Amino acid sequence: MKLRIRIDHRIDASPSLQVTVLLFSLLAGLFTVGMVFAASRVNPFLALWKIFSGSFGSLYGIKETITKAIPLILIGSGLALAFRARFWNIGAESQLLMGAICATWIGLNWGPRLPGPIIIPAMFLAGFLGGALWAMFPALLKVKFGINEVISTLMLNYVAAELLTLLIVGPWKGVTQQGFPYTDDFPASATLPLLYGSRIHYTTLIIAVFACVLLFMLIYSTKFGYELRVIGENIEAARYAGIDFMRNTVIMMLISGGMAGIAGVGEVAGIHHHLTYPQAISSGYGFTAIIVAWLAKLNPIAAIASGLFFAGILVGGDAIQISLGLPAATVQVFNGILLFFLIMGDFFLNNRVILSLERKE
Amino acid sequence: MDSILISVLNRTLVAGTPLLLATLGEIITERSGILNLGIEGMMAVGAVAGFIVTLATGSPWLGMASAILAGILISAIHAFVSISLKANQVVSGLALTMLGLGGASLFGRPFIGRPLPVKMAPFRIPILADIPLVGKVLFNQDPFFYLSLILGVLLWVLLSRTRWGIQIRSVGENPAASEAQGLNISTVRYICVLIGGGLAGMAGAHLSLIYSKSWTEGLTGGRGWIVIALTIFALWNPLRAFLGAYLFGCIFVLQYILQPIGIPPNLLGMMPYLATLAVLFAGGLKKGRRYLHAPAMLGEPYTKGER
Repeated sequence: MKLRIRIDHRIDASPSLQVTVLLFSLLAGLFTVGMVFAASRVNPFLALWKIFSGSFGSLYGIKETITKAIPLILIGSGLALAFRARFWNIGAESQLLMGAICATWIGLNWGPRLPGPIIIPAMFLAGFLGGALWAMFPALLKVKFGINEVISTLMLNYVAAELLTLLIVGPWKGVTQQGFPYTDDFPASATLPLLYGSRIHYTTLIIAVFACVLLFMLIYSTKFGYELRVIGENIEAARYAGIDFMRNTVIMMLISGGMAGIAGVGEVAGIHHHLTYPQAISSGYGFTAIIVAWLAKLNPIAAIASGLFFAGILVGGDAIQISLGLPAATVQVFNGILLFFLIMGDFFLNNRVILSLERKE
Repeated sequence: MDSILISVLNRTLVAGTPLLLATLGEIITERSGILNLGIEGMMAVGAVAGFIVTLATGSPWLGMASAILAGILISAIHAFVSISLKANQVVSGLALTMLGLGGASLFGRPFIGRPLPVKMAPFRIPILADIPLVGKVLFNQDPFFYLSLILGVLLWVLLSRTRWGIQIRSVGENPAASEAQGLNISTVRYICVLIGGGLAGMAGAHLSLIYSKSWTEGLTGGRGWIVIALTIFALWNPLRAFLGAYLFGCIFVLQYILQPIGIPPNLLGMMPYLATLAVLFAGGLKKGRRYLHAPAMLGEPYTKGER
């Protein structure tokens, strides 16, 4: 008897198979994460339970999870759009920061003079534009000069972080912050209202959910979305069909970056109420959102669920830092492993693996 | 004046060495057709492994060896996922970065700020080191420096002058034809990715054992991404990698030299990253040439018998 493995290419995977593979990928990922916990001499069941109970197990946990899901949903759905066109936007971190910077400028300069109903929309608009324009650079560099977008978006992450630090230690440093490198606090008219007893800045949440629906329609029922998908699936076919690669890429990145910019507005106007260190504002959301988009299978509406899931991991990760004394990097390991298992799952969607026993002759 | 010049050149070479090592690794990886964006993660893992082992055994050589081993091991994940499972190489590389940076912080946490008890002594080449200026700069360096020079030349010879090199390049350019010649595409690609991982791990060990002589989070500071750009800048040629690596080494050094003049440190902090964009931009202007040199099947998974 001999075990034979045959691998056939699969064209379509049924929705039920997709869900099954997704669940198995997540389970295998969690199992591996558990082994990492065990290797660090932490009971894996306890750790996973603490992550779950810390994020979804209490009212406080749920509120925090929703709060952290806001930027993840915004950025994740924007990235889903970019990844559809196979444009690897790894620069959401800096697009978020540019959104935060632009919103801060509006908030500090106009805030004292204008009422909230004018200032808040102005801040969101400025944040969108900030993120969009910052994202336009790598799009232009790619379509005009063939520059790899992975590197250009990443390099701009570092540049934006330095730029923001330059502002808060220099010209924008607040006079009321006792020497800390923060800008002054925003006036009340430039801060977002919070859901009672939580940090949920619901204005941004509503924008996020609304934007996900819009992006979903954009991808699946407009000519623009169709063209993006063709570009992503087969660039040669797109050229042959006369699809304008340049125009589509630039517009797509304006939207993708703008979404991250809005997330930046939410963070400064809803959470911090001033501009502070870049790490504190972006908190790695730009990177985590890559996995959010991937888990959502690049579907903006599914990004709402996967954004909540990863927000839960972030909040649960904070919880085990306190209760089990694990370092902050644990969450990063967690994310890396899950992402690996998610892309490994794709193998079983694209291929049919047939095991058969064969009698030796 | 002489002593300042010597010090600048010296530090340029020290700062350039990890970039060179990792770039060489990425060159051989990409030549075989696999894109590994996980350099930043592999370097971090190498840096921690090298530091911990050196601390435990007191031997920086053992530290370097284990950094190489750690780099090979973690790159094996990328090899398996992108070669055997034909997964998306961009996403796999990003996952490797997260895993590597996270794992390095996790295991390196107890060692943050610990001083290195033993230093890797500079290796003084007799006679040559007595030449004024050049001697002090070139012939009184740490062993990593000499190894990186040897490895760079070796890799160039391997890729452009040997049968193996032709095979590696052909796997990256036209895997179907290479397979028809009797080559096992997966094996060649696995070997190249693992070599790339080993070199990235070694580059990381240089950072923790020579460059900063300690471990801190964020030690790699984006160097892994600069390496990806340097690979393009080098047009996948190991000899051009020397030029790129030392150019960027110089930029890292200039950051500290220009600070006392009164330029804000954050502005100087942008320099390596803006320079990377500038280098890519310059490369992008001569588009035709660039495309001539990029491995044709870079980032494309290969299925047996296809095409």
